[in-house]
Amino acid sequence: MFIVSASLCAVCCPKVCIVGAGPAGFYTAQHLIKSRQDVEVDIYERLPVPFGLVRFGVAPDHPEVKNVINTFTQTAQHSRCSFYGNVNVGTDVSVKELQQAYHAVVLSYGAEGNRRMGVPGEDLAGVHAAKDFVGWYNGLPDNRKVFGLSTILFFILGQGNVALDVARILLSPMDMLKKTDITQPALDLLAESRIRRVLIVGRRGPMQIACTIKEVREMVNLPDTRPEMVAADFKGIAEAVKEVPRPRKRLTELLLKTALDVPTEKEQEKRSKASRVWGFRFFRSPVEVLPAPDLSRAAAIRLAVNRLEGSGEGASAVPTGEVEDVPCGLVISSIGYKSLPIDPLLPFDSRKAIVPNTMGRVQKTAGVYCSGWLKTGPTGVIGTTMNNSFDTARALLEDMDSGALDVSSAKPGSQGVTPLLEKRGVKPVEFSDWEKIDNEEIKRGVAMGKPREKLLSVDEMLHVART
Amino acid sequence: MCHLKNKEKLVHVTLRESSRRAAVISAASLPTQSRATCLQRGFTTSTQPLRSDNKVTVHFINRDGEKITVKGSPGDSLLDVVIDQDLDFDGFGACEGTLACSTCHLIFEEEVYKQLGPVTDEEMDMLDLAYGLTDTSRLGCQICLTKSLEGMVARVPESVSDIRQSGDGSS
Repeated sequence: MFIVSASLCAVCCPKVCIVGAGPAGFYTAQHLIKSRQDVEVDIYERLPVPFGLVRFGVAPDHPEVKNVINTFTQTAQHSRCSFYGNVNVGTDVSVKELQQAYHAVVLSYGAEGNRRMGVPGEDLAGVHAAKDFVGWYNGLPDNRKVFGLSTILFFILGQGNVALDVARILLSPMDMLKKTDITQPALDLLAESRIRRVLIVGRRGPMQIACTIKEVREMVNLPDTRPEMVAADFKGIAEAVKEVPRPRKRLTELLLKTALDVPTEKEQEKRSKASRVWGFRFFRSPVEVLPAPDLSRAAAIRLAVNRLEGSGEGASAVPTGEVEDVPCGLVISSIGYKSLPIDPLLPFDSRKAIVPNTMGRVQKTAGVYCSGWLKTGPTGVIGTTMNNSFDTARALLEDMDSGALDVSSAKPGSQGVTPLLEKRGVKPVEFSDWEKIDNEEIKRGVAMGKPREKLLSVDEMLHVART
Repeated sequence: MCHLKNKEKLVHVTLRESSRRAAVISAASLPTQSRATCLQRGFTTSTQPLRSDNKVTVHFINRDGEKITVKGSPGDSLLDVVIDQDLDFDGFGACEGTLACSTCHLIFEEEVYKQLGPVTDEEMDMLDLAYGLTDTSRLGCQICLTKSLEGMVARVPESVSDIRQSGDGSS
């Protein structure tokens, strides 16, 4: 009589490896585990801590959006799911090695890079990517650089929700921010900042603005601030808004009201007492960042004035030939995140900055899939990523069922990877280790009256994880 | 917003609780926030032990077109019902009833929709982001059951994935 159970389990257990422990990774894992009782999922993450942009992207004053962490935690604690933090796929282990160890690999590592403006002066001191600014106030270890906030005027180029998050955090009263999980160094710097005016600039018009109404409403309601718009930017809008779908209509009506309507007595009082100003500027594209006389930093921004060709969502901005030079000390470019290739052997579309795929199946690469922003580009809220990830999981499951993905022979899974990591001196952080970090952050937060006080360096995270 | 502090506290508590729970995979999570919504809106709920005649029958039509009939209590939100009855709607209620997503989007018949009461700006703002928005759409976490809604039908609309067929994977 011989014992077959162990080898049988190895044969019948499809093993899937997911690269990236953000929403895309977790939602893909969740769907796989739920759909098949034999699938085992291992999630690899570069940082010692999970959750990706839910932790490092969502604004500190939007804690409800972070509730998804609860469902991700349940997934990570499932018996058929394992988390391996502090493992950098691409440098600590190659995708090829993962393909050898697992039946399928799902790339869900998101977008770590920035879309460049492509204008002269872009690399001057004082010009920053919104992603780096957000990473800074959210405690991303890669973004510990301190930002100088001593200028009065801030330009934010781009009008998506990230741009509005940045504006709102810059202008929020301290007594609101200090109760959030914003990092203490960011809070201290913001408390000292001299920022008085934030302008959020877009290439096109009010009816093409990329942000959503909730974020605009938050700006309108922000204490101790007043809006400042250019009435001429809204010419013809009141007429045009009548025929558009409800979401665009309501957003445009809020913009119109904020820009043009005579304020109520209460609102007028708020505006007259406000110490800070915010506004949208439309029909402007950056063409150059102009340096200070000593060439050390940004001193002004040159903006091309546009007109609109066409209407609605597809309208395009066409330069008129006119330019404006506006003095400013700080420019934040919020024109999009960008995915980066992690392995030269994998296909990558540099133009779209995504991994080329069909319904989540990476092209020309059997057994490799992708989900999240890496699959479709860096737009969309968590809900969008959720559906996107469920899609990829369904494609993978379909392939298992049809035989397109061969799960008949045993694969070692993590047992094929951990010896390699050990040899290379890489010690993974398990989910229970993350829980130690989590507890430590919450404990530190209690002392500060905040939900948590985040650990800011990988070293500190590893130290707590190993204790 | 004025409720931010309470919500933060609830989120904190919720996270701690969930990490002690046995692992149950469900795309929707705890109903704590959702019930708070119905109570905050001043809805009168019975504090007596529930009797079977105090229940409200709700029919859900899932994404496969199947009708699922369950019962809830007056004062429960539709999100509460989905969670309490373990209804398996993929990704439903991601933000746990805090008006930070649109995944509890439900579609109603005209007659029922009219009975559901006014929509706040806050709900409308999130509803505007829902895929397949209709004139009789609401967010399930904001609909509170009453006896007068007995027998109501709520349809779970398709999510983006069911419709999108992009060949090259780009959006």
